[in-house]
Amino acid sequence: MPLSSKDVENIAHLARLRFAENEVPAFTDNLSRIIDFVNQLEAAPVGDAPPMAHPLDQPQRLRKDVVTEKDQRAEFQKNAAAIEAGLYLVPRVIE
Amino acid sequence: MHEKSVAALAAGLASGEFSSVELTRHYLDRIERFDGDLNAFITVTAEQALDQAAVADRDRADGKAGPLTGIPIAHKDILCTEGVRTSCGSRMLDNFVSPFDAAVVARLREAGAVSLGKTNMDEFAMGSSNETSYYGLVRNPWDHSRVPGGSSGGSAAAVAARLAPAATGTDTGGSIRQPAALAGITGIKPTYGRVSRYGMIAFASSLDQAGVLAQSAEDAALLLAAMSGFDERDSTSVDRAVPDYAGGLAEDQREKLRGLRFGLPKEFLDDGLEPGVRVALEEAIKVYESLGVEIVPVTLPNLPLSVPTYYVVAPAECSSNLSRYDGVRFGYRCEDPSDLEDLYKRSRSEGFGDEVKRRIMTGTYVLSAGYYDAYYLKAQKVRQLISADFKNAFSEVDMIIGPTTPGPAFEIGAKTDDPITMYLNDIYTIGANLAGLPAMSVPAGFVDGLPAGIQLVGNYFDEQRLLGVAHGYQQVTHWHTQAPAAYGSE
Repeated sequence: MPLSSKDVENIAHLARLRFAENEVPAFTDNLSRIIDFVNQLEAAPVGDAPPMAHPLDQPQRLRKDVVTEKDQRAEFQKNAAAIEAGLYLVPRVIE
Repeated sequence: MHEKSVAALAAGLASGEFSSVELTRHYLDRIERFDGDLNAFITVTAEQALDQAAVADRDRADGKAGPLTGIPIAHKDILCTEGVRTSCGSRMLDNFVSPFDAAVVARLREAGAVSLGKTNMDEFAMGSSNETSYYGLVRNPWDHSRVPGGSSGGSAAAVAARLAPAATGTDTGGSIRQPAALAGITGIKPTYGRVSRYGMIAFASSLDQAGVLAQSAEDAALLLAAMSGFDERDSTSVDRAVPDYAGGLAEDQREKLRGLRFGLPKEFLDDGLEPGVRVALEEAIKVYESLGVEIVPVTLPNLPLSVPTYYVVAPAECSSNLSRYDGVRFGYRCEDPSDLEDLYKRSRSEGFGDEVKRRIMTGTYVLSAGYYDAYYLKAQKVRQLISADFKNAFSEVDMIIGPTTPGPAFEIGAKTDDPITMYLNDIYTIGANLAGLPAMSVPAGFVDGLPAGIQLVGNYFDEQRLLGVAHGYQQVTHWHTQAPAAYGSE
C-alpha cells in the first residue's frame, strides 16, 4: 500500500515536522518502502499471544508520592532559547 | 601504553609505572594526533580529564584506589555529562549543556575513571554506520573508506584505534555489538534493566540499554561491574545484586566451559550471511568444541520477523520520546517563528536530520488512529513470540552463538540510499533487544583484512557466564589483541 504525498503531509503535521515541496517525493518513497517492509507482520501467526509490555514481565514500580526533586529551574533554564522571569517564552498564542 | 588492556593499565597505575595524569595525557595526545581523520570524538574534555586524573592520582596516594581509578575512558555522546555539551549526534542538541550526569557517567566517575570526552554516534542513535551524525561520519580505523558501524561508531573507532582503552555505548538494536564487530573489538549489551537509563537520552525506551565497548571481555567486565545496579530514578531498572564480574573471570574458565551447551540457531545461518563471516563463526565454534562445549542446533522460528517488528516498535517509541524537542525548553530553536506551530515545526525540521525524521514519521504513522492495532499491537505480539523462541532455546542450552553481522564493515555510502538495506544489517542483533537478553560481540577473525565478530547471547542476567564464555575464548585466541597497523605500537 504505497503512501501518497498527501499522507506524508498529514503524518508530518501530526509529528510537527515540515518538509519542503522538493523533499516530499523522496520521503514518500522511503516511507512507503518502510511501511511495505513492516507489512510482513500482517501474516505473522500471533494467535492469542498477549502483547509484550516488558521484556522481563516486570510491573511498573511505584514510589511514595513525596517530593524528591529540588528546585533547579534556573539551572535548567540555562538551556532555553528564550526565558523571562523564570518563564519560557513562545510566540503569542492568545490575542 | 595504549597497547595495554584496562586490566594491564590498572596494574601499571598500581605499581607506579605511570600516573593517571601521564596516562591521560598520552591518550589526549593520541586523540589530537589521530582523530582528525577518524572523527571518533564530538567533544574532547582535555582540561577536565587532566583534573580528574590528578584527583585519581591523589586518591591512589591516599590508598583509595579501585580497579578503575585513573583509567581514561570515553562516553558515547548520548549520555548526559554535567557541564559538558551532550549532543546525541544531533543539531537539535548542539547547544545543550547537560545540568546533570547520567547514572552511568556518575557511577564510572565514582569508580575513579577519567572521562576523555564524548564520542561520535549516529544521530539520536538511529543508524548502523555512524553516517547520520550532525558532526560528520566516523571512519573505520581498519580501512578509512569504510564505516565503523553504528550507532556507537565513535566509541568503537576510538577503542579500535586505541584512542581510549574502553568506552561506553548504548544498544537499542545492535548499536554496541554491530560496531564492535566491524571495528574488531569486544562489546556487551547487558540484560534490559541491568544498567540505569537515567540520563541516557531516550530513543526506544523498551529496548535501550547501555553497555561497554572494550578490547576484551575482561576489560568489559571491569566497566560493566561499575555501571550496573539498581537505580530508582529509572523505572525499568531491576533491583538485583551485581556479581563481581571481573573477579568471576579469575576462576578457571576452561573448567567452566567444559560441558556447556551452546545453541546454534539455524536462522542465524541464512542466505544473508556472507561466507567470510560464516567461516569465522565456524572456526570459533571449533575453538569452543575444543574447550569441551557441545554445539546444539536450535531454532528461533520467529526471528526472521525481528527486523520488521523492531521497525514498528522502535520508531513508535522514538516518535513519542522525541516529541519533547519543541524548541521551547532546551535544544535547537528556529529563528523568528511566526506562531507556535511554526516554532514547533521549523525547530524540529531544522534540528533533526533525515533518518531521525524518517523514524519519527514511521512511528507517527504506525501509532496514528486506525493503525495502532495493525502495527504496534501486532508488533508487540510478535515480540512476545520472538521472546518465547529464546526462552524455549534456553530450556535446552546455556548460551546461543551466531554471527554479529552479515558481513564485515561496508563502504561509506554503500547503504545510505535505501533505508531497508541499512536496517537489515542488524538482522542478527535485534532479537536480543526485543527479548531483553544480554549479548556480546567478540572478535573472531578477519575477512579480507577487515574484522569479523561472533555473537554470544546469554539468558537473562547471565552476564557473568556470558563474560566468562567470551573470556575463555579470548584466553586461547588472539583476535581481540589485534589493532589496526596505523594505530598500533609507537
